[in-house]
Amino acid sequence: MAKTARIEVMDQNLAEALRNFLKAVLNREEISAVLAPRRLPMKNRVMPALITDPQQLDQADPLSPAFAVNSARLLSRLTRKPSGGQVAAVLRPCEIRAFVELVKLKQGRTDDVVIIGLDCLGAYSNRDYFRWATEPPEAATQKFSRAVLTGSGAAMDGVDLSPACKACESPTAEGADIAIGLFGVDTAKEIWVQARTAKGESLLGKLGFAEAPEPASRPKALEKLIAERIAYRDEMFQRTRAATETLEKLSTYLADCINCYNCRVACPVCYCRECVFVTDVFDHEPSQYLRWAEHRGAVKLPTDTLFYHLTRLAHMSTACVGCGQCSNACPNDLSLMELFRSVAHRTQAAFGYLAGRRIDEKPPLFEFRENEFPEVVGISRPSAG
Amino acid sequence: MSDFEPTIVAFFCNWCTYTAADLAGTSRLAYPPNIRIVRVMCTGMVDPKYVIKALLDGADGVLVSGCNPGDCHYINGNYKARRRIKLLKEIIEQFGFEPQRLRLTWIGASDGIRFAEIMREMTEQIKRLEPSAARLKMVI
Ligand code: SF4
Ligand code: SF4
Ligand code: SF4
Ligand code: FES
Repeated sequence: MAKTARIEVMDQNLAEALRNFLKAVLNREEISAVLAPRRLPMKNRVMPALITDPQQLDQADPLSPAFAVNSARLLSRLTRKPSGGQVAAVLRPCEIRAFVELVKLKQGRTDDVVIIGLDCLGAYSNRDYFRWATEPPEAATQKFSRAVLTGSGAAMDGVDLSPACKACESPTAEGADIAIGLFGVDTAKEIWVQARTAKGESLLGKLGFAEAPEPASRPKALEKLIAERIAYRDEMFQRTRAATETLEKLSTYLADCINCYNCRVACPVCYCRECVFVTDVFDHEPSQYLRWAEHRGAVKLPTDTLFYHLTRLAHMSTACVGCGQCSNACPNDLSLMELFRSVAHRTQAAFGYLAGRRIDEKPPLFEFRENEFPEVVGISRPSAG
Repeated sequence: MSDFEPTIVAFFCNWCTYTAADLAGTSRLAYPPNIRIVRVMCTGMVDPKYVIKALLDGADGVLVSGCNPGDCHYINGNYKARRRIKLLKEIIEQFGFEPQRLRLTWIGASDGIRFAEIMREMTEQIKRLEPSAARLKMVI
């Protein structure tokens, strides 16, 4: 069975080669549908679509810099119970990581899914994408993918990759069943495909492609890209930590928040069906507001802004995959991804955990050991961290 | 900062530390009045948001205290609490809360003397800090 394969790119049309690959997948009788980014017929926009008719894949646009939603959420809906069919889901690496977290949280199942992950070329923020997407969509995506893959970069026409993508040190589809390699591959001529699980191997084997070694230039290309990303990320952590290192600074950082909770709705791993912040726990008595105001002479409304963000950090930062959808969703342009990733990096490291890395790794708060973290118990060490 | 009287919000499990507090009281062991006790059934039910709420409302310190390892009446609530405290410390210390402000201890039901000692020590440690920023400044 094929563990790897090479797909030929004709007439330098990378998107077309990917679409043909997806058509070959959809033509397998065991695959009922493909979930993939697809252009809307009525507007120059790309949204995830569940596709059963191979012809509809002509509008699939998996390389577009549009990233309106994290599809892990959608895939969790599709896999909550057996659907009677198997879905091939085309996902970005951060969508795969979020889905892995959701599966661990029992919010989705891998049973009826084959994940096809792409090397991620990155995305523009929603706002940037809307401004930028004026050309015919096929040409726009081609311009974008060529610029990224030839090394000239995603910055063009006054827009650039979102900060989340600039800081993303995991741009390859580690958790996919089938991973599609683009970086360090001569994509004018070919795409490199790798089966990463038995499930992926079985499907890839049936598609009849010849085995192909990893292109020699790929490891170096990835190494260089990841080093750039880590450099950006670490600088971002430093900047964000300095901007939030006291309660007063954190209040300043979050001052424009209006408690709309869009960031939580857009976050793929804030998983509660009903977030505590919209329950009656937060339907405070009118008299309570007066007491709060009297206590200090004034209370800022809406209340509970820091309370909300700090609680969210406590609830889900160990699962944050750095997708940036929180920033994307904020009506007031708060730099949320920066804050959440900076904290998540520390909370995940504290438990030796990396969100989305492995499906068989338990989330930090799902387990414990008898002897651990002695430094947090007791009061004898004033400086105990 | 010796004239500063801190407020310490304490979440004590019903079966161990709360009982120890009771014992300290009936044994007339003196401990500072700065400790404001919230009785919970087990430290395993202390959601991070209780701690965060207390700190944002101006508590100068938060203490979570329950049964010794192996003694939790719900088998392992205290081990879960330890992970949550670890997590919370990682978060709040990034925003300038000193490590002394959040503590986890294990005090058994018969440890009235140790209870009083720990309350005194924790209060002393917090008196050496400034009052909480959440008390002095407007928090949003
Ligand atoms: S907090 Fe933001 S960056 Fe992290 S997973 Fe949620 S939406 Fe993505
Ligand atoms: S903030 Fe907490 S309670 Fe609300 S959805 Fe996220 S994890 Fe659930
Ligand atoms: S989306 Fe923005 S304004 Fe809305 S709750 Fe989140 S940070 Fe606040
Ligand atoms: S009952 Fe005391 S810590 Fe669980």
